[in-house]
Amino acid sequence: MGHSQSFWTKYVFSTDHKTIGIQYGVTSLFFLLFGFVLMMIMRWQLAYPEQPIPWIGQWLGDARAPGGVMLPEFYNELGAMHGTIMVFLGVVPLGVGCFGNLIVPLQIGAPDMCFPKLNMASYWVFLLGGLVMLFSFFLPGGAANSGWTAYPPLANIATIGQTVWILGMVFLITSSLLGGINFIATIFQLRAPGLTFMRLPFFVWGQLVTAFLLLLAFPPLEAAGILQLMDRVAGTSFFMPSGLLISGEVPDVSGGGSVLLWQHLFWFLGHPEVYVILLPAIGIVTEVFANNIRKPIWGYKLMVYSILFLGFISFVVWAHHMYLTGMGTAISAFFQATTMIISIPSVIVLTCLMISMWGGSIRFNMPMLFALAFIPMFGIGGLTGLPLGLAATDIYLHDTYYVIGHFHYVVAPGVIFALFAGIYYWYPKFTGRYMNEFLGHLHFWPSLICMNIVFMPMMIQGLAGMSRRMYDGGAIYSHNQGVLDWNIFISMGAWTLALAQIPFIISFFMSAFTGKKVESDNPWQATTLEWQTPTPPGHGNFETIPTVYHGPYEYSVPGASKDFTPQNEEGVK
Amino acid sequence: MDTIPYTVKPRSDTGLYNAKLGIWLFLASEVMLFGALFSTYIILRVLGQDWPLGSTILNVPIGTVNTVILITSSITMVFAWTSLKKKNWGAHKLHLGLTIGLAILFLIIKGFEYAAKFEHHHYPSESTFMAIYFTLTGLHALHIVGGIVVLGYFFGPGAKMWQSDPDRFTNRIEIVGLYWHFVDLVWIFLFPVLYLL
Repeated sequence: MGHSQSFWTKYVFSTDHKTIGIQYGVTSLFFLLFGFVLMMIMRWQLAYPEQPIPWIGQWLGDARAPGGVMLPEFYNELGAMHGTIMVFLGVVPLGVGCFGNLIVPLQIGAPDMCFPKLNMASYWVFLLGGLVMLFSFFLPGGAANSGWTAYPPLANIATIGQTVWILGMVFLITSSLLGGINFIATIFQLRAPGLTFMRLPFFVWGQLVTAFLLLLAFPPLEAAGILQLMDRVAGTSFFMPSGLLISGEVPDVSGGGSVLLWQHLFWFLGHPEVYVILLPAIGIVTEVFANNIRKPIWGYKLMVYSILFLGFISFVVWAHHMYLTGMGTAISAFFQATTMIISIPSVIVLTCLMISMWGGSIRFNMPMLFALAFIPMFGIGGLTGLPLGLAATDIYLHDTYYVIGHFHYVVAPGVIFALFAGIYYWYPKFTGRYMNEFLGHLHFWPSLICMNIVFMPMMIQGLAGMSRRMYDGGAIYSHNQGVLDWNIFISMGAWTLALAQIPFIISFFMSAFTGKKVESDNPWQATTLEWQTPTPPGHGNFETIPTVYHGPYEYSVPGASKDFTPQNEEGVK
Repeated sequence: MDTIPYTVKPRSDTGLYNAKLGIWLFLASEVMLFGALFSTYIILRVLGQDWPLGSTILNVPIGTVNTVILITSSITMVFAWTSLKKKNWGAHKLHLGLTIGLAILFLIIKGFEYAAKFEHHHYPSESTFMAIYFTLTGLHALHIVGGIVVLGYFFGPGAKMWQSDPDRFTNRIEIVGLYWHFVDLVWIFLFPVLYLL
């Protein structure tokens, strides 16, 4: 195979990991933009409640926004779908589906993923899940509107969109299950000769731990989805407690279920999911760092052990999302302790990266700028999480805008900046051209400023007690009046942030044709194996199987002829 | 360098061929899926005001017969694989056919059991016991159906590989066998938990 491929098998129904990676990348970037658009519509409602939405308001229809003024139900739909789309259709498929697929087989010297057909199935099931989610907006009653966490009993009695949401989630879970199996098998089985585990690039380690989390944390959510589907379709009472009244009436169910059961099952996935989002990003940042500080990464082994530990502990912290559910102090003490413990490996990883910079001659190119910005942004996100991990402070901060600010600092200027760094870094490998530097700066600096304009004031609003998921931005409560003006400020920041993405979109497409051509197959003078392939890598990746002689970050080795020694070159003894 | 290595022979440092690692990982995720549902059972039962004894509602003799059928099918599954190792194609066909037959028999009996429940108006919405009973056994039955589809493929069109690549075909039977044993194992947990306890 590989010699007489038709257009369809080469570009559409391809089993080549690079084509699948690019399919994942383009799809997830589209969904990131779509999820962002949903949020921009919500930001109008928060800044100017009850005023007609300009331009697009007239297109939304009477069921969503009569006269262009958003209905509360539509606001809830946008909120639930923004979260679902950003997490399950945007950030995770970009970090795992796109970068994992593109880079992991190349970095381990493999011809493809271990199970190429499963890999293709994984993408198409993912796309199907995405289309089901998009389709649900056109159902009577609209898309799911019970929040991305789909808490019962609200989700049990919600409109038909919730059922379709569950179906979409089942597709997405199946897709990530296939992906998780494939990544683990690939990393265990297809490493090139000499590439021992402690010689793996840190990005591959990040993907390996991520794949285990996908494999083991998603099935409980699938189980929860099945139970909620039974509740909604077969009339069971898994999540319907006895004695529940809905609008003053007793619902026609047997009762005897538990609403907390859903929360346990959901957050058992939900917390490992945080690290599914984070670890690929940290992997990318480490690769970009090593390449641009021209030094070995300080504490590589320590970082590897840290994320392994982090992967294990992430399964026993889930109830820190549930301090307000009336749990006993003993249980709460346990989860507070594990939550404080899990912050340690993240701090170790960040500290190692910062120590690595010490004494390096840093190259400030576009990937490095985004990777550098990741450190303080993720740092703010992580540190603001500590008060939420302790029950006493969480009782005050729970479900306020402080929480929104906290996790968006982790995901938006943190993880998404790292993903941008990855795009700028690996773009030349697959197109043979650099992304435009000027447009890159026009993308980076406004994005960095606007991200902080958007999320920093949310901390202030949250500390003042402003609740999340408020249709009017909290205007009806007197205690919010002092911080309401921030809503307009934040919304302006969000819309400007959208403008700042235009240079990226232009550069992403234009640079493939007009960008500066790379000078060699290894334009960044990197050490890892993905740069030892032709540009772009052909079907089967390597012309001959590489043999690996040393660790991943042999930069500036004393006595070497150049300041980088690729893993497949023997180098100085 | 165009093909994936270790599709037939194990890799020396991991001792596994690719698909065998793949199926073990898949089964790990299945453990988490059924583990979550069994945990649900425990939580519902602990929270429940009065939880019925399974044997007063469900038909224990039928459940016992089905348990025997599934365990027998696991044995024939092993023989279907070992006879391939001994290059005995006839014995393989016989045992694979028996496995599929027993699986279908299991579903038929399960179908009668469901029908009897519906006849007496026992639906999932009746109580959380009936809800978890139908959910767990229904999901298990879906796994049986999936197994029948894959076994049927290797009995029918997939058997061609025995001519072209017998080692790989033997591996495939080993892998579907691992899955089949797992599905049996789930039933061996399901039966006492739902019918007896």
